[in-house]
Amino acid sequence: MKEDEVIICRCEDYTLKEVRQAIEDGYTDFEELKRYLRVGMGPCGGRTCLPLIRKELARYKATHPGKISMPTKRPPTQVTTFKAVEKGMEGDNHG
Amino acid sequence: MAELPKTVDIIIIGGGIVGSSLAYELNKRGITDVAIIEKSYLSSGSTGRCGAGVRQQWGLEMNCRLAKGSIDIFENLAEELDYDIEFRQGGYLVMAHDEKQVEQFEKNIELQNSLNIPSRFIDREEAREICPPINTDAFIKATYCPTDGHANPFKTNFAYARAAERLGTKIYKYTEVKDIIVENGQVTGVKTDRGDISSNIVVNASGPWSKQTAEMAGIDIPTYSERHQCLASEPIERLFDTMVISFQSGIYLQQVPHGNFVMGIGEVEEPNHKTESTWQWLEYFTRELLNVLPSFKDLRIVRQWGGSYNRTPDAAPILGEHSKVKGFYNSVGYSGHGFMIGPMAAVCLSQTIAGEKTTVDIAPLSADRFDKGEYVIEPSVVG
Repeated sequence: MKEDEVIICRCEDYTLKEVRQAIEDGYTDFEELKRYLRVGMGPCGGRTCLPLIRKELARYKATHPGKISMPTKRPPTQVTTFKAVEKGMEGDNHG
Repeated sequence: MAELPKTVDIIIIGGGIVGSSLAYELNKRGITDVAIIEKSYLSSGSTGRCGAGVRQQWGLEMNCRLAKGSIDIFENLAEELDYDIEFRQGGYLVMAHDEKQVEQFEKNIELQNSLNIPSRFIDREEAREICPPINTDAFIKATYCPTDGHANPFKTNFAYARAAERLGTKIYKYTEVKDIIVENGQVTGVKTDRGDISSNIVVNASGPWSKQTAEMAGIDIPTYSERHQCLASEPIERLFDTMVISFQSGIYLQQVPHGNFVMGIGEVEEPNHKTESTWQWLEYFTRELLNVLPSFKDLRIVRQWGGSYNRTPDAAPILGEHSKVKGFYNSVGYSGHGFMIGPMAAVCLSQTIAGEKTTVDIAPLSADRFDKGEYVIEPSVVG
Protein backbone atom coordinates (compact mmCIF):
# COMPACT_ATOMS: atom_id res chain seq x y z
CA MET A 1 0.00 0.00 0.00
CA LYS A 2 1.63 3.23 -1.12
CA GLU A 3 1.25 6.06 1.37
CA ASP A 4 0.63 8.61 -1.37
CA GLU A 5 -2.33 6.57 -2.65
CA VAL A 6 -4.12 6.15 0.65
CA ILE A 7 -6.69 8.87 1.24
CA ILE A 8 -6.96 9.67 4.94
CA CYS A 9 -9.21 12.73 4.81
CA ARG A 10 -11.94 12.54 2.20
CA CYS A 11 -13.36 16.00 2.87
CA GLU A 12 -10.06 17.79 2.29
CA ASP A 13 -8.46 15.12 0.11
CA TYR A 14 -5.32 14.43 2.12
CA THR A 15 -3.23 11.33 1.60
CA LEU A 16 -1.43 9.38 4.29
CA LYS A 17 1.83 10.81 2.97
CA GLU A 18 0.62 14.39 3.42
CA VAL A 19 -0.63 13.71 6.94
CA ARG A 20 2.70 12.10 7.86
CA GLN A 21 4.54 15.06 6.35
CA ALA A 22 2.55 17.53 8.49
CA ILE A 23 3.39 15.50 11.59
CA GLU A 24 7.05 15.44 10.56
CA ASP A 25 6.84 19.22 10.08
CA GLY A 26 6.07 19.55 13.77
CA TYR A 27 2.28 19.62 13.93
CA THR A 28 2.29 16.82 16.49
CA ASP A 29 -0.44 18.23 18.71
CA PHE A 30 -3.75 16.77 17.51
CA GLU A 31 -5.63 20.06 17.95
CA GLU A 32 -2.94 22.00 16.05
CA LEU A 33 -2.70 19.37 13.31
CA LYS A 34 -6.48 19.58 12.82
CA ARG A 35 -6.30 23.37 12.42
CA TYR A 36 -3.25 23.23 10.17
CA LEU A 37 -4.72 20.71 7.68
CA ARG A 38 -8.46 21.30 8.35
CA VAL A 39 -8.82 17.56 8.90
CA GLY A 40 -12.00 16.83 10.83
CA MET A 41 -13.40 20.24 9.91
CA GLY A 42 -15.27 19.13 6.79
CA PRO A 43 -18.75 17.68 6.27
CA CYS A 44 -17.85 14.31 7.86
CA GLY A 45 -17.00 16.03 11.14
CA GLY A 46 -13.87 13.92 11.47
CA ARG A 47 -15.60 10.55 11.64
CA THR A 48 -13.39 9.02 8.97
CA CYS A 49 -10.10 10.79 9.32
CA LEU A 50 -9.60 11.52 13.00
CA PRO A 51 -9.38 7.90 14.26
CA LEU A 52 -6.90 7.15 11.45
CA ILE A 53 -4.83 10.23 12.22
CA ARG A 54 -4.83 9.39 15.90
CA LYS A 55 -3.17 6.08 15.00
CA GLU A 56 -0.55 7.94 12.96
CA LEU A 57 0.16 10.32 15.83
CA ALA A 58 0.41 7.38 18.23
CA ARG A 59 2.86 5.68 15.89
CA TYR A 60 4.95 8.87 15.67
CA LYS A 61 4.94 9.33 19.43
CA ALA A 62 5.47 5.61 20.05
CA THR A 63 2.44 5.39 22.31
CA HIS A 64 -0.99 3.77 22.37
CA PRO A 65 -3.74 5.60 20.36
CA GLY A 66 -5.91 5.56 23.48
CA LYS A 67 -3.38 7.88 25.13
CA ILE A 68 -4.04 10.57 22.54
CA SER A 69 -7.22 12.50 23.17
CA MET A 70 -9.48 13.33 20.23
CA PRO A 71 -10.05 16.97 19.20
CA THR A 72 -13.26 18.66 20.34
CA LYS A 73 -16.37 17.47 18.50
CA ARG A 74 -18.45 20.30 17.07
CA PRO A 75 -22.15 20.36 16.28
CA PRO A 76 -24.11 19.72 14.14
CA THR A 77 -23.82 15.95 14.27
CA GLN A 78 -24.80 15.85 10.64
CA VAL A 79 -24.55 18.65 8.04
CA THR A 80 -27.74 20.68 8.19
CA THR A 81 -29.22 23.36 5.93
CA PHE A 82 -30.45 26.69 7.28
CA LYS A 83 -33.80 25.75 5.81
CA ALA A 84 -33.94 22.77 8.18
CA VAL A 85 -33.14 25.03 11.14
CA GLU A 86 -35.88 27.41 10.01
CA LYS A 87 -38.33 24.55 9.67
CA GLY A 88 -37.46 23.43 13.18
CA MET A 89 -38.38 26.88 14.46
CA GLU A 90 -41.77 26.73 12.71
CA GLY A 91 -42.27 23.38 14.41
CA ASP A 92 -41.68 25.08 17.76
CA ASN A 93 -44.52 27.48 17.05
CA HIS A 94 -46.95 24.65 16.39
CA GLY A 95 -45.73 22.56 19.29
CA MET B 1 8.37 18.15 27.10
CA ALA B 2 11.29 20.55 27.13
CA GLU B 3 12.54 21.52 30.58
CA LEU B 4 11.74 25.06 31.68
CA PRO B 5 14.58 27.61 31.80
CA LYS B 6 15.59 29.03 35.21
CA THR B 7 15.61 32.60 33.98
CA VAL B 8 14.74 34.53 30.80
CA ASP B 9 14.63 38.19 29.75
CA ILE B 10 10.91 38.20 28.98
CA ILE B 11 8.02 35.86 29.83
CA ILE B 12 4.89 36.10 27.71
CA ILE B 13 1.80 34.45 29.18
CA GLY B 14 -0.32 33.19 26.28
CA GLY B 15 0.56 31.82 22.84
CA GLY B 16 -2.25 33.28 20.73
CA ILE B 17 -1.91 36.00 18.12
CA VAL B 18 -1.04 38.58 20.78
CA GLY B 19 1.70 36.55 22.48
CA SER B 20 3.22 35.01 19.38
CA SER B 21 3.35 38.25 17.37
CA LEU B 22 4.85 40.09 20.36
CA ALA B 23 7.56 37.42 20.73
CA TYR B 24 8.40 37.76 17.05
CA GLU B 25 8.52 41.57 17.15
CA LEU B 26 10.73 41.50 20.27
CA ASN B 27 13.07 39.00 18.60
CA LYS B 28 13.29 41.25 15.55
CA ARG B 29 14.44 44.07 17.83
CA GLY B 30 17.27 41.96 19.23
CA ILE B 31 15.49 40.79 22.39
CA THR B 32 15.74 37.07 21.76
CA ASP B 33 15.65 35.47 25.23
CA VAL B 34 11.85 35.20 25.28
CA ALA B 35 9.66 32.41 26.66
CA ILE B 36 6.00 31.96 25.77
CA ILE B 37 4.07 30.04 28.44
CA GLU B 38 0.88 28.57 26.98
CA LYS B 39 -1.46 26.52 29.14
CA SER B 40 -2.85 24.54 26.20
CA TYR B 41 -2.04 24.36 22.46
CA LEU B 42 -1.35 27.30 20.15
CA SER B 43 -4.58 29.06 19.06
CA SER B 44 -6.58 27.34 21.83
CA GLY B 45 -7.96 30.63 23.18
CA SER B 46 -9.68 33.49 21.38
CA THR B 47 -7.42 33.55 18.30
CA GLY B 48 -8.42 30.13 17.02
CA ARG B 49 -12.08 30.85 17.65
CA CYS B 50 -12.36 34.25 16.01
CA GLY B 51 -14.33 35.23 12.92
CA ALA B 52 -11.14 35.64 10.86
CA GLY B 53 -11.97 39.06 9.42
CA VAL B 54 -9.58 42.00 9.39
CA ARG B 55 -11.04 45.49 9.01
CA GLN B 56 -9.98 49.12 9.28
CA GLN B 57 -13.45 50.67 9.47
CA TRP B 58 -13.36 51.83 13.07
CA GLY B 59 -14.82 54.88 14.76
CA LEU B 60 -11.92 55.48 17.15
CA GLU B 61 -8.71 56.97 15.81
CA MET B 62 -6.55 54.63 17.92
CA ASN B 63 -8.27 51.54 16.51
CA CYS B 64 -8.09 52.94 12.95
CA ARG B 65 -4.34 53.46 13.31
CA LEU B 66 -3.73 50.02 14.84
CA ALA B 67 -5.97 48.35 12.24
CA LYS B 68 -4.47 50.20 9.25
CA GLY B 69 -0.99 49.36 10.56
CA SER B 70 -2.01 45.72 10.93
CA ILE B 71 -3.41 45.52 7.38
CA ASP B 72 -0.14 46.99 6.10
CA ILE B 73 1.67 44.21 8.02
CA PHE B 74 -0.76 41.49 6.83
CA GLU B 75 -0.13 42.52 3.21
CA ASN B 76 3.49 41.39 3.46
CA LEU B 77 3.26 38.89 6.29
CA ALA B 78 3.27 35.66 4.26
CA GLU B 79 6.58 36.67 2.73
CA GLU B 80 8.03 38.04 5.96
CA LEU B 81 7.17 34.91 7.98
CA ASP B 82 7.58 32.48 5.05
CA TYR B 83 4.13 30.94 5.65
CA ASP B 84 0.88 31.08 3.68
CA ILE B 85 -1.57 32.80 6.03
CA GLU B 86 -4.39 32.88 3.40
CA PHE B 87 -4.63 36.67 3.53
CA ARG B 88 -7.14 38.08 1.11
CA GLN B 89 -8.50 41.61 0.68
CA GLY B 90 -12.10 41.18 -0.45
CA GLY B 91 -13.37 44.25 1.40
CA TYR B 92 -15.87 44.85 4.20
CA LEU B 93 -19.40 46.06 3.59
CA VAL B 94 -20.94 47.64 6.68
CA MET B 95 -24.72 48.00 6.59
CA ALA B 96 -26.40 51.12 7.99
CA HIS B 97 -30.02 50.58 9.00
CA ASP B 98 -31.16 54.09 9.94
CA GLU B 99 -30.20 57.75 9.64
CA LYS B 100 -28.54 57.76 13.03
CA GLN B 101 -26.11 55.09 11.89
CA VAL B 102 -25.51 56.94 8.63
CA GLU B 103 -24.55 59.99 10.70
CA GLN B 104 -22.09 57.93 12.77
CA PHE B 105 -20.66 56.37 9.61
CA GLU B 106 -20.17 59.83 8.07
CA LYS B 107 -17.95 60.69 11.02
CA ASN B 108 -16.19 57.31 10.80
CA ILE B 109 -15.46 57.70 7.09
CA GLU B 110 -14.12 61.22 7.52
CA LEU B 111 -11.78 59.94 10.23
CA GLN B 112 -10.80 56.82 8.25
CA ASN B 113 -10.06 58.78 5.06
CA SER B 114 -7.91 61.25 7.02
CA LEU B 115 -5.80 58.22 8.04
CA ASN B 116 -5.54 56.94 4.43
CA ILE B 117 -8.11 54.18 4.91
CA PRO B 118 -9.98 54.01 1.54
CA SER B 119 -13.53 53.54 2.87
CA ARG B 120 -16.57 55.18 1.26
CA PHE B 121 -20.36 55.21 1.23
CA ILE B 122 -22.12 53.00 -1.29
CA ASP B 123 -25.81 52.89 -2.19
CA ARG B 124 -27.92 49.74 -2.29
CA GLU B 125 -27.36 49.31 -6.02
CA GLU B 126 -23.59 49.20 -5.61
CA ALA B 127 -23.95 46.95 -2.57
CA ARG B 128 -25.75 44.48 -4.80
CA GLU B 129 -22.93 44.62 -7.33
CA ILE B 130 -20.40 43.84 -4.61
CA CYS B 131 -22.60 41.20 -2.95
CA PRO B 132 -25.19 39.93 -5.49
CA PRO B 133 -27.37 37.82 -3.12
CA ILE B 134 -27.79 40.58 -0.49
CA ASN B 135 -31.33 41.62 0.47
CA THR B 136 -31.22 45.36 -0.17
CA ASP B 137 -34.32 45.88 2.01
CA ALA B 138 -32.22 44.92 5.03
CA PHE B 139 -30.38 48.28 5.10
CA ILE B 140 -30.60 51.84 3.76
CA LYS B 141 -26.99 52.57 2.90
CA ALA B 142 -23.60 50.97 3.47
CA THR B 143 -19.93 51.75 3.78
CA TYR B 144 -17.29 49.75 2.00
CA CYS B 145 -13.53 49.46 2.31
CA PRO B 146 -11.89 47.34 -0.40
CA THR B 147 -8.63 46.75 1.50
CA ASP B 148 -10.28 45.07 4.50
CA GLY B 149 -10.39 41.30 4.35
CA HIS B 150 -9.49 37.95 5.86
CA ALA B 151 -6.56 35.95 7.16
CA ASN B 152 -6.48 32.40 8.54
CA PRO B 153 -6.15 32.81 12.33
CA PHE B 154 -4.60 29.37 12.95
CA LYS B 155 -2.01 29.80 10.27
CA THR B 156 -1.20 33.39 11.23
CA ASN B 157 -0.75 32.21 14.82
CA PHE B 158 1.48 29.27 13.79
CA ALA B 159 3.39 31.50 11.34
CA TYR B 160 4.30 34.04 14.03
CA ALA B 161 5.15 31.30 16.53
CA ARG B 162 7.44 29.47 14.12
CA ALA B 163 9.15 32.66 12.96
CA ALA B 164 9.72 33.64 16.60
CA GLU B 165 11.16 30.21 17.37
CA ARG B 166 13.62 30.62 14.51
CA LEU B 167 14.77 33.90 16.09
CA GLY B 168 15.23 32.54 19.61
CA THR B 169 11.82 32.38 21.31
CA LYS B 170 11.09 29.21 23.28
CA ILE B 171 7.48 28.07 23.50
CA TYR B 172 6.32 25.93 26.42
CA LYS B 173 2.90 24.49 25.71
CA TYR B 174 0.67 22.72 28.23
CA THR B 175 2.36 24.78 30.92
CA GLU B 176 0.18 26.93 33.15
CA VAL B 177 1.22 30.01 35.08
CA LYS B 178 -0.08 29.64 38.63
CA ASP B 179 1.36 32.76 40.22
CA ILE B 180 3.32 35.89 39.37
CA ILE B 181 6.03 37.00 41.77
CA VAL B 182 6.21 40.71 42.59
CA GLU B 183 8.85 42.08 44.99
CA ASN B 184 8.83 45.75 46.04
CA GLY B 185 6.66 46.75 43.11
CA GLN B 186 8.83 44.94 40.54
CA VAL B 187 7.88 41.70 38.82
CA THR B 188 10.57 39.03 39.30
CA GLY B 189 9.14 35.88 37.77
CA VAL B 190 6.35 33.33 37.54
CA LYS B 191 5.45 30.03 39.15
CA THR B 192 4.07 27.41 36.77
CA ASP B 193 2.73 23.90 37.21
CA ARG B 194 6.07 22.69 35.82
CA GLY B 195 8.44 24.90 37.81
CA ASP B 196 9.47 28.51 38.38
CA ILE B 197 11.07 30.96 35.94
CA SER B 198 12.58 34.29 36.94
CA SER B 199 12.32 37.34 34.73
CA ASN B 200 12.04 41.09 35.24
CA ILE B 201 9.48 41.43 32.47
CA VAL B 202 6.20 39.49 32.32
CA VAL B 203 3.60 40.18 29.64
CA ASN B 204 -0.06 39.31 30.14
CA ALA B 205 -1.27 38.06 26.74
CA SER B 206 -3.75 35.59 28.14
CA GLY B 207 -6.84 36.71 26.22
CA PRO B 208 -9.99 35.39 27.92
CA TRP B 209 -8.07 34.92 31.19
CA SER B 210 -6.52 38.41 31.29
CA LYS B 211 -8.21 39.43 34.52
CA GLN B 212 -7.16 36.26 36.37
CA THR B 213 -3.59 36.65 35.13
CA ALA B 214 -3.42 40.28 36.26
CA GLU B 215 -4.81 39.27 39.66
CA MET B 216 -1.80 36.96 40.14
CA ALA B 217 0.35 40.10 39.97
CA GLY B 218 -1.96 41.82 42.46
CA ILE B 219 -3.53 44.03 39.83
CA ASP B 220 -7.22 44.59 39.19
CA ILE B 221 -8.08 45.31 35.54
CA PRO B 222 -11.67 45.85 34.36
CA THR B 223 -11.69 43.13 31.67
CA TYR B 224 -14.33 40.43 31.39
CA SER B 225 -15.04 37.60 28.96
CA GLU B 226 -18.22 36.76 27.11
CA ARG B 227 -19.09 33.96 24.72
CA HIS B 228 -19.53 34.62 21.02
CA GLN B 229 -20.58 31.82 18.71
CA CYS B 230 -19.71 31.29 15.04
CA LEU B 231 -20.31 28.67 12.41
CA ALA B 232 -18.82 27.51 9.13
CA SER B 233 -20.70 26.32 6.08
CA GLU B 234 -19.56 23.68 3.64
CA PRO B 235 -17.14 25.05 1.00
CA ILE B 236 -18.98 26.15 -2.15
CA GLU B 237 -18.17 27.99 -5.39
CA ARG B 238 -17.12 31.61 -4.89
CA LEU B 239 -20.19 33.85 -4.48
CA PHE B 240 -18.67 37.17 -3.36
CA ASP B 241 -15.47 38.50 -1.85
CA THR B 242 -16.66 41.01 0.72
CA MET B 243 -17.34 40.55 4.41
CA VAL B 244 -20.87 41.75 5.25
CA ILE B 245 -21.48 43.12 8.76
CA SER B 246 -24.01 45.05 10.80
CA PHE B 247 -23.32 46.87 14.05
CA GLN B 248 -27.06 46.78 14.74
CA SER B 249 -27.73 43.04 14.68
CA GLY B 250 -24.07 42.16 15.19
CA ILE B 251 -24.07 39.74 12.26
CA TYR B 252 -20.97 39.15 10.14
CA LEU B 253 -20.34 36.75 7.29
CA GLN B 254 -17.62 36.15 4.74
CA GLN B 255 -16.60 33.46 2.30
CA VAL B 256 -13.03 32.54 3.21
CA PRO B 257 -10.49 31.55 0.51
CA HIS B 258 -11.13 27.85 1.23
CA GLY B 259 -14.75 28.33 0.08
CA ASN B 260 -16.56 28.01 3.44
CA PHE B 261 -18.62 30.85 4.78
CA VAL B 262 -17.52 31.82 8.29
CA MET B 263 -20.37 33.63 10.02
CA GLY B 264 -21.46 34.77 13.42
CA ILE B 265 -23.58 37.11 15.47
CA GLY B 266 -23.22 38.62 18.92
CA GLU B 267 -25.61 37.64 21.68
CA VAL B 268 -26.05 39.38 25.01
CA GLU B 269 -24.90 37.19 27.88
CA GLU B 270 -23.61 37.75 31.38
CA PRO B 271 -19.79 37.65 31.55
CA ASN B 272 -18.63 34.02 31.38
CA HIS B 273 -15.92 31.69 30.12
CA LYS B 274 -18.23 29.37 28.20
CA THR B 275 -17.27 28.19 24.71
CA GLU B 276 -19.98 25.56 24.13
CA SER B 277 -22.33 25.84 21.15
CA THR B 278 -26.07 26.22 21.64
CA TRP B 279 -29.02 25.52 19.36
CA GLN B 280 -30.74 28.66 20.64
CA TRP B 281 -27.93 30.68 19.12
CA LEU B 282 -28.18 28.74 15.86
CA GLU B 283 -31.87 29.61 15.55
CA TYR B 284 -31.24 33.26 16.42
CA PHE B 285 -28.44 33.43 13.87
CA THR B 286 -30.49 31.68 11.17
CA ARG B 287 -33.26 34.30 11.45
CA GLU B 288 -30.82 37.17 10.99
CA LEU B 289 -28.89 35.44 8.21
CA LEU B 290 -31.97 34.69 6.12
CA ASN B 291 -33.06 38.31 6.48
CA VAL B 292 -29.75 39.51 4.98
CA LEU B 293 -29.18 36.62 2.54
CA PRO B 294 -32.50 34.83 1.86
CA SER B 295 -30.92 32.55 -0.76
CA PHE B 296 -28.68 30.95 1.88
CA LYS B 297 -31.55 28.63 2.91
CA ASP B 298 -29.98 25.72 1.09
CA LEU B 299 -26.45 26.29 2.36
CA ARG B 300 -25.25 23.53 4.68
CA ILE B 301 -23.78 24.13 8.13
CA VAL B 302 -20.83 21.89 8.93
CA ARG B 303 -19.45 23.28 12.17
CA GLN B 304 -20.47 25.53 15.03
CA TRP B 305 -18.23 26.73 17.86
CA GLY B 306 -17.83 29.37 20.54
CA GLY B 307 -15.05 31.58 21.83
CA SER B 308 -14.52 34.53 24.13
CA TYR B 309 -14.44 38.24 23.53
CA ASN B 310 -12.29 39.68 26.29
CA ARG B 311 -13.85 43.08 26.80
CA THR B 312 -12.96 46.35 28.43
CA PRO B 313 -15.53 48.99 29.44
CA ASP B 314 -14.65 51.13 26.37
CA ALA B 315 -13.98 48.28 23.87
CA ALA B 316 -10.37 49.40 23.38
CA PRO B 317 -7.45 47.23 24.55
CA ILE B 318 -5.24 47.69 27.61
CA LEU B 319 -1.72 47.96 26.28
CA GLY B 320 1.50 48.78 28.08
CA GLU B 321 3.34 48.55 31.40
CA HIS B 322 1.15 48.75 34.48
CA SER B 323 1.82 51.81 36.65
CA LYS B 324 1.70 49.83 39.91
CA VAL B 325 3.96 46.87 39.04
CA LYS B 326 7.19 47.60 37.22
CA GLY B 327 7.93 45.07 34.47
CA PHE B 328 4.33 43.82 34.25
CA TYR B 329 2.81 44.56 30.85
CA ASN B 330 -0.73 44.01 29.61
CA SER B 331 -1.74 43.32 26.02
CA VAL B 332 -5.34 42.36 26.67
CA GLY B 333 -8.99 43.36 26.40
CA TYR B 334 -9.12 43.49 22.62
CA SER B 335 -12.92 43.23 22.82
CA GLY B 336 -13.31 40.94 19.82
CA HIS B 337 -10.72 42.45 17.50
CA GLY B 338 -7.41 41.15 18.82
CA PHE B 339 -6.72 39.14 15.70
CA MET B 340 -7.12 42.12 13.42
CA ILE B 341 -5.17 44.71 15.40
CA GLY B 342 -2.79 42.28 17.11
CA PRO B 343 0.07 42.61 14.61
CA MET B 344 0.38 46.40 14.98
CA ALA B 345 -0.21 46.28 18.74
CA ALA B 346 2.71 43.82 18.94
CA VAL B 347 4.95 46.23 17.04
CA CYS B 348 4.08 49.08 19.42
CA LEU B 349 4.44 47.04 22.60
CA SER B 350 7.78 45.59 21.46
CA GLN B 351 8.94 49.15 20.74
CA THR B 352 7.90 50.22 24.23
CA ILE B 353 9.77 47.30 25.82
CA ALA B 354 12.84 47.95 23.63
CA GLY B 355 12.80 51.62 24.64
CA GLU B 356 12.02 52.86 21.12
CA LYS B 357 9.50 55.46 20.03
CA THR B 358 6.23 53.71 19.17
CA THR B 359 4.74 53.87 15.66
CA VAL B 360 1.30 54.57 17.19
CA ASP B 361 1.09 56.43 20.51
CA ILE B 362 -0.32 53.76 22.84
CA ALA B 363 -0.09 55.84 26.03
CA PRO B 364 -3.88 56.44 26.03
CA LEU B 365 -4.39 52.65 26.26
CA SER B 366 -2.85 52.36 29.75
CA ALA B 367 -4.90 50.57 32.40
CA ASP B 368 -4.93 53.79 34.44
CA ARG B 369 -7.42 55.38 32.06
CA PHE B 370 -10.29 53.63 33.80
CA ASP B 371 -9.34 55.08 37.20
CA LYS B 372 -9.03 58.55 35.71
CA GLY B 373 -12.21 58.23 33.67
CA GLU B 374 -10.31 58.85 30.42
CA TYR B 375 -12.14 56.28 28.34
CA VAL B 376 -11.28 55.91 24.63
CA ILE B 377 -14.71 54.72 23.49
CA GLU B 378 -15.03 52.69 20.30
CA PRO B 379 -18.52 53.15 18.81
CA SER B 380 -18.28 50.49 16.08
CA VAL B 381 -18.00 46.97 17.50
CA VAL B 382 -19.79 43.92 16.10
CA GLY B 383 -21.77 41.99 18.68
